[in-house]
Amino acid sequence: MQISEAWLRTYVNPDVNTDTLVQQLTMAGLEVDSVEPAAADFSGVVVGQVVSMEQHPDADRLRVCQVNVGEAEPLQIVCGASNVRVGLKIPAALCGAVLPGDFKIKKSKLRGQESLGMLCSEKELGLVAEAHGLMELSDDAPVGVDIREYLSLNDSIIVVDLTPNRADCLSVEGLAREVALLNKLDWSTTVVDTVAVGHQDTLSVKVTAPEACPRYLGRLIKEVNPLAITPLWMQERLRRSGIRSLGPLVDVTNYVLLELGQPLHVFDASKLSGGITVRYATADESLTLLNNEEIKLDAQALIIADDKQPLALAGVMGGSDSAVSDATQTVFLECAFFTPQAIAGKARNFGLHTDSSHRFERGVDAQLQNRAIERATQLIVEIAGGSVGDVTEVTSSDHLPARNAVILRRTKIEQSLAIQLPDAQVIEILQRLGMQVADHADGWQVGPPSFRFDISIEADLIEEIARVFGYNNLPSSSLFMRSELSQVTEGLLEIDRVKDLFVDRGYQEAVTYSFVDEDIQNTVAPGIEAIRLKNPISSELAVMRTTLWCGLLKAALYNTNRQQNRVRLFETGLRFVKESGEIHQQKMLAGLILGDVYSDQWAEKSRKVDFYDAKADLQAIFELSGCNASFIKGELSSLHPGQTAKIISAEGQDMGWLGMLHPQLEKQLGFDGQVFLFELAQDGLLNKKVPAFTPLSKYPSVKRDLALIVNETVSAAEIVSCIKNSAETALKEVVIFDVYRGKGIEEGNKSIALSLILQDDTQTLAESDIETIVSRLLTILFNELKAKLRD
Amino acid sequence: MRQGDTYVLLNRVSTQQSLTKASSAVSATLEEILAQALQELSAVKDLIDLDKVRVNYLGKKGLFTLQMKELGNLDPEQRRAVGQVINQAKDQFQQKLEAAKDQLEADALSVRLASESIDVTLPGRGQSTGRLHPVTTTLRRISKIFATVGFTVVEGPEIEDDYHNFEALNIPAHHPARAMHDTFYFDAHTVLRTHTSPVQIRTMESEKPPLKVIAPGRVYRCDSDITHTPMFHQVEGFLVDTNVSFADLKGVVYEFLRAFFEKDIQVRFRPSYFPFTEPSAEVDIECVMCGGHGCRVCSHTGWLEVMGCGMIHPEVFKAVNIDSEQYSGFAFGMGVERLAMLRYGINDLRLFFENDLKFLEQFN
Repeated sequence: MQISEAWLRTYVNPDVNTDTLVQQLTMAGLEVDSVEPAAADFSGVVVGQVVSMEQHPDADRLRVCQVNVGEAEPLQIVCGASNVRVGLKIPAALCGAVLPGDFKIKKSKLRGQESLGMLCSEKELGLVAEAHGLMELSDDAPVGVDIREYLSLNDSIIVVDLTPNRADCLSVEGLAREVALLNKLDWSTTVVDTVAVGHQDTLSVKVTAPEACPRYLGRLIKEVNPLAITPLWMQERLRRSGIRSLGPLVDVTNYVLLELGQPLHVFDASKLSGGITVRYATADESLTLLNNEEIKLDAQALIIADDKQPLALAGVMGGSDSAVSDATQTVFLECAFFTPQAIAGKARNFGLHTDSSHRFERGVDAQLQNRAIERATQLIVEIAGGSVGDVTEVTSSDHLPARNAVILRRTKIEQSLAIQLPDAQVIEILQRLGMQVADHADGWQVGPPSFRFDISIEADLIEEIARVFGYNNLPSSSLFMRSELSQVTEGLLEIDRVKDLFVDRGYQEAVTYSFVDEDIQNTVAPGIEAIRLKNPISSELAVMRTTLWCGLLKAALYNTNRQQNRVRLFETGLRFVKESGEIHQQKMLAGLILGDVYSDQWAEKSRKVDFYDAKADLQAIFELSGCNASFIKGELSSLHPGQTAKIISAEGQDMGWLGMLHPQLEKQLGFDGQVFLFELAQDGLLNKKVPAFTPLSKYPSVKRDLALIVNETVSAAEIVSCIKNSAETALKEVVIFDVYRGKGIEEGNKSIALSLILQDDTQTLAESDIETIVSRLLTILFNELKAKLRD
Repeated sequence: MRQGDTYVLLNRVSTQQSLTKASSAVSATLEEILAQALQELSAVKDLIDLDKVRVNYLGKKGLFTLQMKELGNLDPEQRRAVGQVINQAKDQFQQKLEAAKDQLEADALSVRLASESIDVTLPGRGQSTGRLHPVTTTLRRISKIFATVGFTVVEGPEIEDDYHNFEALNIPAHHPARAMHDTFYFDAHTVLRTHTSPVQIRTMESEKPPLKVIAPGRVYRCDSDITHTPMFHQVEGFLVDTNVSFADLKGVVYEFLRAFFEKDIQVRFRPSYFPFTEPSAEVDIECVMCGGHGCRVCSHTGWLEVMGCGMIHPEVFKAVNIDSEQYSGFAFGMGVERLAMLRYGINDLRLFFENDLKFLEQFN
């Protein structure tokens, strides 16, 4: 909503400057977005009149004009505009004038002819962005008067960003009511003169959807002059509200919309067949709107129709077939109340948003229609003449919005706002808001006005009181809190701790979009059903991620493309998958490493990261929670078949994956080196056991090293678990310290060197005990894995 | 090179000493022995040679030891007097020997210290440290401030149903407020949550007051330009108890903003509208970039909008079966990126999701 400050001040004119006025509105909840001057800065332009005109002797397009600017002698001004003519009143910039853009007007010669100024268009005065020809002033414009004064250009345009609950302020009158309230001033509404009826013709009006259109008013105005010109004051007020002048009939409806907040519509009566019906459309109907767009109607669309066809989408936009034109002589003026429920969402369904739909869906005063139709009639007749017929009114009182009285309790005000307000102050605020106030045992019974759609419960009234009293004048109290000791769950590892560990191990935390490119996701995680957005921003952000890898790979590429040769990223967040029709939102933890293991440094030889670097980071996380996860050889299409581990919890649950990005994908995505990835579900990871103490053995531990030769197919984990499963109570730990292939080891075999840590809780182990244990273990290892001691 | 030279020099000296020892072994007087011992001592250059000298004079077959052994051949009277003289000479030698040893040890230590000197300005080795994302850092600060007064952190789903995202929050279908949320849809009833407020509903559905909750998380709006990203983060906070007033809300918001910006910052409450709170307010702080004088960041108003808040609407309580006559509460919501931008002076929202290492590395 944007409005001329000067217009607003014709209703109520508080003794405050523009800044204060704007501040008052903002702090009352009518947020002022901006204040712009009504016209750009310029000076030295007066009302002039062309008294005579001659063709320029040396230029076809130029005229040499004598212009009366209110001085003793007319000034000679050369002009190239096509609409210049004798008798025309125009803005004349005199020598010394400064036009917008710091354009200085000086005495000059144009093709040899002296010119003592410039005749101006609206564009040259900075009033509009585009103009054709000179600005034509009305015949009664006073010659010699400063144009800024004449057009009241020393005005501000106030742009108010209204919240959806304040439809009552979508008009000058509505804003005036608020300004009066905030300044405790009286104000009165626009005076409307009823035009006497001049003919008896009417159109029949039938409303078959009274719940959607509880009130419909219409009248015929005959013999209007379609070529009449909208007076400058009206054009200027419309312009300052951002509305273009489109001829007097449409201008009047727009003007009343701004003035009173009532949308109106004019039909060219000659284009109507029979009477008017307000009804729902049928599925086979269509309508070409004023914007020349044809829409297919349906049974949800409320329309205005004649006996033959739909004429307008009710409360949203008129149709082009019945629109007024330069030839219109008889109009049917419509002024209706459509309920918010009937209009809400309708415009949007057709991709439309109009000043009319904006107001109807938020709520137009249901008591306004009689005043508004008389006001519009008065203005049409004043400007374009015409003979007025009777108003046809169809009202269904049962369907008009009820305004039930609301009880406002003194105690509730105090409880809610922590302040005791004098009764008189409460009553004054409510009355200035247009409410009916009556005494009630606990406070007041308040009747909201018809223009307020947002007052139906006590809290609505308390908000009004708080708003007018001023939020910043209300008390503030130091934290009121009932306190209790908080619960600290030790059986759960906090994800923040995990994040910190990654950071400590050199990872940067990334945050990537939850929606990703479907094609890339299909490549990275094929075979998983992704959840598709109905209205994505772009195809690159079209489906919900089923893995965090898509985002991390994209982020890594972003960096490798910017000369980063070492990337370590992790991210936490949800992945979204659909399984048998159900949406699962699963908390994940994922990471990616590529490039050098350490950042450039002097002390050690650099090397590239590998599988075991990533694995060490994951194992560090597992140690935080004591999670006993195991890594088994796995297969995932996006990972290198020889470097993929599936991570399994102690309970046998799948936890996630670790591996090298498949070389094909690496190439396809545009990496120029190996990339290692991991992703885990958070739930299994964060479960933690509360530690249980084991008594320490008093006896010394001993270490025995073994080198075992096994077949290549035997994994380290198999050897370790074989030893651990042996039920040797003295065995405390198994540590692999070397893996060797090559000279001395038969092809297809490998040597695994490991240390056994042995310790008994009840005695010092004798050499013979140790040998017994080791030989038992060797037997098991041979029986189960064909492992032999290396010579 | 220098170390090598010294080593050669030391070797040569010890060879000369051995020759001296051999020639004087037979029959020297005590004075001669002492003089010779002291002379040898003075020539010693390292601890190994020093020990050789010690053994030569004080060892089992050392020259002083032999002298003492010869005492047995003297008669008892002479024995004491001569013994005293020998002991004196021996003590004198021993003192010099100790002193020489101390000196040599001190010299050796300083040589070692000099040789082990390093350039302490070279960087340490090993893994470097990463950084948390500034959104995480900001969220943690916010949560920490509220945790001190007993707020607990609660999370909710990001794919949300229409009921929790809108209906239960007093935003029925076709409500004009829906136009304020550019919603991503999956189908008519399923959306990406447009705010963290559904967590309010979910918490109140499952728990009874008193409640003090902070709900951080990702939210989504179908909007993308210089100042909007389709995904961003919000923190929702709410408190429900008996006798909670607008004054309590003001107090909490004031205290939070001052704690967050670590500054006694100017704060104002502006009436606004959210369907799920009443009264509703927008909270502005004095522009942290220009101190309220007006600049590009605050559109020359001197104020910056940082959060929306209000008293929980009776319709919302009704939706979760909480008696609004018995309980009242407030709720607030803020944009995490917005707060992080103001706190750290970040000038482009889109940087948060590009994950450029040069950006991420700045926030420690």
